[in-house]
Amino acid sequence: MYAQALDQTDTRPAQGDDPARLAAFQARIDAEQKIEPNHWMPEAYRRTLIRQIAQHAHSEIIGMQPEGNWITRAPSLRRKVALLAKVQDECGHGLYLYAAAETLGVSRAALVDQLLAGTAKYSSIFNYPTLSWADIGAIGWLVDGAAIMNQIPLCRCSYGPYARAMIRVCKEESFHQRQGYEIICSLAGGTPEQRAMAQDALNRWWWPCLMMFGPPDTESQHSDQSTRWKIKRFSNDELRQTFIDATVPQAHRLGLTLPDPDLHLDQATGHWRYGAIDWAEFRAVLRGEGPCNRDRLARRNAAHAEGEWVREAASAYAAKQNQRKAA
Amino acid sequence: MSAICEVPGGNIAVAETPMLRWVLAYADDALILGHRLSEWCSRAPSMEEDMALANLGLDLLGQARFLYSHAATLENAAQPALERSEDDYAYRRDAPQFRNALLVEQPNGDFAATMVRHMLYASFADLYWRASLAVSDPAIAAFAARSEKEIAYHERHAADWVIRLGDGTAESRRRAQSALDGLLAFADELFETEADQLPLMAAGAIIDPARLRDAYRHRIEQICARATLSLAWPRWHQSGGRQGRHGEHLGHLLAELQFLPRAYPGASW
Amino acid sequence: MAEATPDYPLWEVFLRSRNGLAHKHAGSLHAPDATLALAAARDLFTRRGEAISIWVVPSHAIIASDPDDQAMLFEPAESKIYRHPSFYTVPDDVGHM
Repeated sequence: MYAQALDQTDTRPAQGDDPARLAAFQARIDAEQKIEPNHWMPEAYRRTLIRQIAQHAHSEIIGMQPEGNWITRAPSLRRKVALLAKVQDECGHGLYLYAAAETLGVSRAALVDQLLAGTAKYSSIFNYPTLSWADIGAIGWLVDGAAIMNQIPLCRCSYGPYARAMIRVCKEESFHQRQGYEIICSLAGGTPEQRAMAQDALNRWWWPCLMMFGPPDTESQHSDQSTRWKIKRFSNDELRQTFIDATVPQAHRLGLTLPDPDLHLDQATGHWRYGAIDWAEFRAVLRGEGPCNRDRLARRNAAHAEGEWVREAASAYAAKQNQRKAA
Repeated sequence: MSAICEVPGGNIAVAETPMLRWVLAYADDALILGHRLSEWCSRAPSMEEDMALANLGLDLLGQARFLYSHAATLENAAQPALERSEDDYAYRRDAPQFRNALLVEQPNGDFAATMVRHMLYASFADLYWRASLAVSDPAIAAFAARSEKEIAYHERHAADWVIRLGDGTAESRRRAQSALDGLLAFADELFETEADQLPLMAAGAIIDPARLRDAYRHRIEQICARATLSLAWPRWHQSGGRQGRHGEHLGHLLAELQFLPRAYPGASW
Repeated sequence: MAEATPDYPLWEVFLRSRNGLAHKHAGSLHAPDATLALAAARDLFTRRGEAISIWVVPSHAIIASDPDDQAMLFEPAESKIYRHPSFYTVPDDVGHM
């Protein structure tokens, strides 16, 4: 669900990239032609994509945990199946994305090892806890809403396998945000306790969601190259503003208050102007100092370690079957 | 019918007819096993298997919803004022009111235990819903038609894994054998005939599971043979779930499953 | 960090969405053998009724043309316009042919 705008462009000098090939490559991109796995590409383009797609895949897989936290406590059977299907979709999206990254010549096992070792980044939003059922609504409504803003432009990304994966992801995710907003609607229209639950969730998730779009354009140094390569189509601040403009009326419609005293409608432009984002918190969470970083990685490591004997067994069985066939 | 006083948001008092008991038994099997599978989410041995376990869980939760809705239809037809819904059965009964077989409430354990448990359940359910395709009750026949397709896949998937674990490495074989040895005593409860349901069985409205036991044993023996696991049917079996006498695990499962509606009685979600 | 278990082999997945249509590439996945590759393809790519038939093929079995050969392989066909019906003129009053 979530491509976070981290600083992703690889700017290491491309050793030995032939200027003529580079020019031809850029011309293809400028002509909106897709780059496919076995095409020539600059090493920096390859490295940038591997890093971005891997971060995106890791985010999907780690993103299963905060919502998965409520599957066994979903308050109705209808909510339970919807949530399980949604979290399952996230797993599927992680798999589509790892497969897209693998077309660039890196193995999934290597990428997963980076995640497990804590050396890979994933979206900061998943390092926040889900404390009440309303958080499930808030994640669907706000986190998926923010993710969609990032992901729709990626469907036109210059790298074919990534673009195709994103088309499938966006198509499948169309129910996710509606699922979340429906939960929030029920709570906002429910008992006073439920309404308070919804407001509390909005208070806790609003600012981390705005951080999902990445640092402000003034600090984001590497966007230019990604834009030239048509990996990135809109700036962090542009996407953030689009999200805020779409979301504020949805909150007001439910009588919920956004936790930003500076939020106001700029009549001249029609945009909602917002207060200062705490970028120190954002950087701390990315560094591993968020409330749940350790838990999230520990869970993934535990699942991987506990699954090892199963994977070994399946591989051993496959090898035996191949031997039996050959015999 | 005696008026039973229900506290708003508290336990419901189901006026159990033989048919309603039957419906709830199979609905509870599906809910509890579906819930158990959902506990695996984000913990599976591979990401591909995370997808598979969620699919199995979703099938079962869907089956539970169908049968609970059917139970609500039956109860509301007798007493419209009850306004029962599927969630009343899942969220507003305590453990002794649940009719599921003990097998499905057993904890997930390791992946071998989950797959052996699933094989033991799905081999039964596949036979049972296939036999139920031609029952005289149209709602049950329709349910059987849908469920049999889903469960046939469950049985295949579980068998595929039991075979791989049994015939995989020494460790996987040890774990699969241990799971089988531990869970086999729960299989026979699935074939118990409830005496008060005999007239319904005689009338062809539902199927007596007891008549499927031989075919079931044959299937399990075949899978275990391919898995190179040793199989010894116990001379006794665990029993009581269908009568509401459960093990220690179900209460904890329900405490989690029912937490929100219990903590906020009367709220809708 | 040393890798404990190498990943399962890679498979390419092709789906037939409806009777009458050809199988189309849907993506790839990792699985230990063909049976579980089919199962994983079903669970990963057909959750919304996308298929009535699946093929899985070991990825290493796919032989691809070299993109550097693209001009040599495919451009010669572009000049053979006489292979297309629009190359030929027939009188208007003959109607559709």
